[in-house]
Amino acid sequence: MALLQISEPGKSTDPHNRKLTIGIDLGTTNSLVASVISGEAKILEDNNYRLIPSRVLYEQHQISVGNDIPNHALTISSVKRLIGKKKDDIDADNIALELADSNEIFIQTPQGYKSPIQVSSDILKKLKKIASDYFGDEIYGAVITVPAYFNEGQRQATKEAAKLAEINVLRLINEPTAAAYAYGLDTKKEGVFVVYDLGGGTFDVSVLQFNEGVFEVIATNGNSTLGGDDFDQIIKNYLINKYKFNSQSLEDQANLNLIAKDIKEKLSSEDTINETIRFNNQDYQIDISLSEIEELFIPLVDKTIQCVKNALNDADLSTYEIDGIIMVGGSTRMPTIQNYIKKFFNQDLLNDLNPDEVVAIGAARQASVLSGQANDDTLLLDVTPLSLGIETMGNLVERIIPRNSTIPIAKAQEFTTYKDGQTMMKIHVVQGEREKVSENRSLGEFIVKEIPPMPAGSAKIKVTFQVDADSLLTVSAEEQTTGVKTSIEIKPSYGIEESEIRKMLEDSFTNAENDKKFRSLAEVIVDANQILELTEKAIQDDKQLLSDSEKSTIERCMNNLKSEITKKNPSKIKLATDELNNASMSFAQKRMDNSIYSSLTGKNINEINK
Amino acid sequence: MAITLTKKAADRVEKYLASRGKGIGLRLGVKTTGCSGMAYTLEFLDEPKPEDQIFESFDIKIFVDPKSLVYIDGTELDFAREGLNEGFKFNNPNVKDECGCGESFTV
Repeated sequence: MALLQISEPGKSTDPHNRKLTIGIDLGTTNSLVASVISGEAKILEDNNYRLIPSRVLYEQHQISVGNDIPNHALTISSVKRLIGKKKDDIDADNIALELADSNEIFIQTPQGYKSPIQVSSDILKKLKKIASDYFGDEIYGAVITVPAYFNEGQRQATKEAAKLAEINVLRLINEPTAAAYAYGLDTKKEGVFVVYDLGGGTFDVSVLQFNEGVFEVIATNGNSTLGGDDFDQIIKNYLINKYKFNSQSLEDQANLNLIAKDIKEKLSSEDTINETIRFNNQDYQIDISLSEIEELFIPLVDKTIQCVKNALNDADLSTYEIDGIIMVGGSTRMPTIQNYIKKFFNQDLLNDLNPDEVVAIGAARQASVLSGQANDDTLLLDVTPLSLGIETMGNLVERIIPRNSTIPIAKAQEFTTYKDGQTMMKIHVVQGEREKVSENRSLGEFIVKEIPPMPAGSAKIKVTFQVDADSLLTVSAEEQTTGVKTSIEIKPSYGIEESEIRKMLEDSFTNAENDKKFRSLAEVIVDANQILELTEKAIQDDKQLLSDSEKSTIERCMNNLKSEITKKNPSKIKLATDELNNASMSFAQKRMDNSIYSSLTGKNINEINK
Repeated sequence: MAITLTKKAADRVEKYLASRGKGIGLRLGVKTTGCSGMAYTLEFLDEPKPEDQIFESFDIKIFVDPKSLVYIDGTELDFAREGLNEGFKFNNPNVKDECGCGESFTV
């Protein structure tokens, strides 16, 4: 019979509908998978290993990941540094890196060229398998963590990797946010927290603000080439210099790395190490004190402190304004680091959870909340993948909610009529990053009716975009004088593939220059047409105010402007528009005087003052 | 009759309750769904209902609503490990038949 887990009150699931969820910390050096079981977040082990090295070995007929890889095999590692990137820094041990003409990165393997997304997906497949083996059941979905500084492209690439691994991504969350969840900081009312994350090869610091149930990353900083391994390196050099450890081969180097790491870990709990080490068929007697090594560590720790200072600066915060400091990454166990950070902030650290596991634990908790199996009302931070806006005159897009805005969000903007006496307005809602309406996704449209007739530009229509926590977009338009409101509801993410989102983003980058040109041309044409129309109407209405010479000048300017519009040079159109404006200035003045005169004639002074 | 826990199950429940930080016991029940008629429910309990029958086993309080009790009376809740998976198991003397996966049963 099936084994049951204890659910939260009222959250028992139907048989076969058990939604097994996992949290995945997809790290540069190591990855972890965790799940909430009977209310308790737990790391799922891979044959007793809790950490799964983020390494993949491709052989002719086999793919091995993490702990399954035999020692000293040539593997692909640190692929996270490449994901979602074009040609950039490269860290694939002795494996040729091929750059295709599209700037995409491919890694040559015995199984053909692999993209970083494919390599990541192989790691994710392994993590998913660990979980499904543990439960003996299918995994419903996963929360995957990404660094706070990951851009949209890197996030989309991570999602694609998950899709390739057939993982239903419930959400990507930021690593520091996951750490904060693990410490239950979301149960507090509000606060500002610093997450100090010293991984194997990278250092990240994030400043998180928790407010009204939402964690927001307000500043990040770090060093992508500084990590726990650098501390090992220092000990290694120290062993070579002081104790004359003699390493020749690559294998010696690798062994010495392990010895150094071991010493670092021992010094996290002991003040001195006095022992004999067997290395390369030779015995080395070592006698190392923590204080001796600490001195060598200081420059590295100082580097991290500088990053922390920069992040605090960006967030415009002082150390005393920080409500908690979370330590993430195995290397933060080092007393040198703990003491330093404690002194810097002048307060105790949040370090009672395993710093290697805290991100995965937080992700597992989130996954459980998202699948509706846990009792938790925490709001979750998500962002709009693409900008949302409406069509304006000239086939242009006016963006109301920019891409990457955290949801829920509401934003309003006022629009006006283009023509005199205009009583209707079409609100066409579009999604995308391009300037031209037709290059974006059309989400829907509706018509605002009953706009009272008034001169062009006088009506005020307030258009409000609101995206709720479930990404449901409501667009409403309100005519300000009558208060008549029209609205539409849209699910913007519906029917859009991640690859499509990515393509739209990339198109907007590659077409940025064209788009800019298109917009500047469209804008001047809209202006020019409007002034042409107004002038034509004015001439028709008030011919008697114009002298013949004035009339011919104005008409000449109008014809010139019309011909410039067909030539499509924005600056020349602008010039011709200004000319027409100048030529018709005195005519406009006379018309205005005339209308004031006619509206005032026959009224006494008291009436006018009303 | 009564509902009981094995010592192993009780230890686990105690641990889970402690790490959850709240809750006064366990609720056992059944609901009418699943491929073979009924399905077990197993939940933490924060607030008992007036009609609940209360049992106690190894200092763990077990709450069962009277409608469920007729289907599971005499059940012993065990904690077991099967392969990599571990979890709770209902040893229910009333069961006549259960679906292949054991998540639901008929009496």
